[in-house]
Amino acid sequence: MKALITFFAGVLFALGLGISGMTQPHIVRGFHDVTGQWDYRLLGVMVGAIVVHAIAYRIILRRKSPIFETSFYLPTKKDLDRRLVGGAIIFGLGWGWAGICPGPGIVALLSGDVRFFLFIFALITGMLTFHHIERKFFRQGSL
Amino acid sequence: MINAIVGGSLIGIAASMMLLFNGKITGISGILGSFLNPEIKDRNWRIYFLLGLLSGGLLLRYYAQPEVFSILTEVTRFDYIIAGFLVGFGTLLGSGCTSGHGVCGISRFSTRSLVATGLFISSGIFSAYIFRIFRGEF
Repeated sequence: MKALITFFAGVLFALGLGISGMTQPHIVRGFHDVTGQWDYRLLGVMVGAIVVHAIAYRIILRRKSPIFETSFYLPTKKDLDRRLVGGAIIFGLGWGWAGICPGPGIVALLSGDVRFFLFIFALITGMLTFHHIERKFFRQGSL
Repeated sequence: MINAIVGGSLIGIAASMMLLFNGKITGISGILGSFLNPEIKDRNWRIYFLLGLLSGGLLLRYYAQPEVFSILTEVTRFDYIIAGFLVGFGTLLGSGCTSGHGVCGISRFSTRSLVATGLFISSGIFSAYIFRIFRGEF
């Protein structure tokens, strides 16, 4: 049951990305292109998602625990460190460059277009590089 | 614009289901990144979710308009490789992407996520601008 619901949430998430236009990089690019013909549709996606989730979040957290687990797994970090700032900037550079973020990139693999495969292949390489660097350097407290 | 809001709401509902049933934040970069982390033990729910994403993609492929997967023609294969690497590395370093920080984090009124979202939208705007300069559009 847990597997089925998690799977279904993934399907719903992908459909949301597709219907909202997030899997169309030109819409994302249009949002970043404030100096050209600004396309504000992406703002609608974020507002729609945030309004729904912000309300649901507050109702759900009245529960002592989620339905299938013993506790909620919420981020606990509060400080604005260099990793957060640097990571967000690096992510934005890539996002603005090709107009694809991780979710739409994965969903769009089903287009069969080799360019989405190149994007996800490079994304996975970037993630593995991060894991490698983190194991080697970050834990020694140098960053 | 209606499509954007309806699609966004579906994303919000999916994220709420993940919280209600599994108690998890629906951050795509986190889910994929942890799935790829050899030290992670709890891999099953991440696989189910990623399979769901791919299955949703399959539904879109067969039931949505073909332009649902339209791609930027002015972006080369090399650009996609560069962009993909930056997105993969940056999202793990910054602990989140558009879904984890932009949707889930802002919904929780997290200061870290608000700052991260402001930063990645700003650097996205900067990046799109530089891209046009590189292509000689200015």
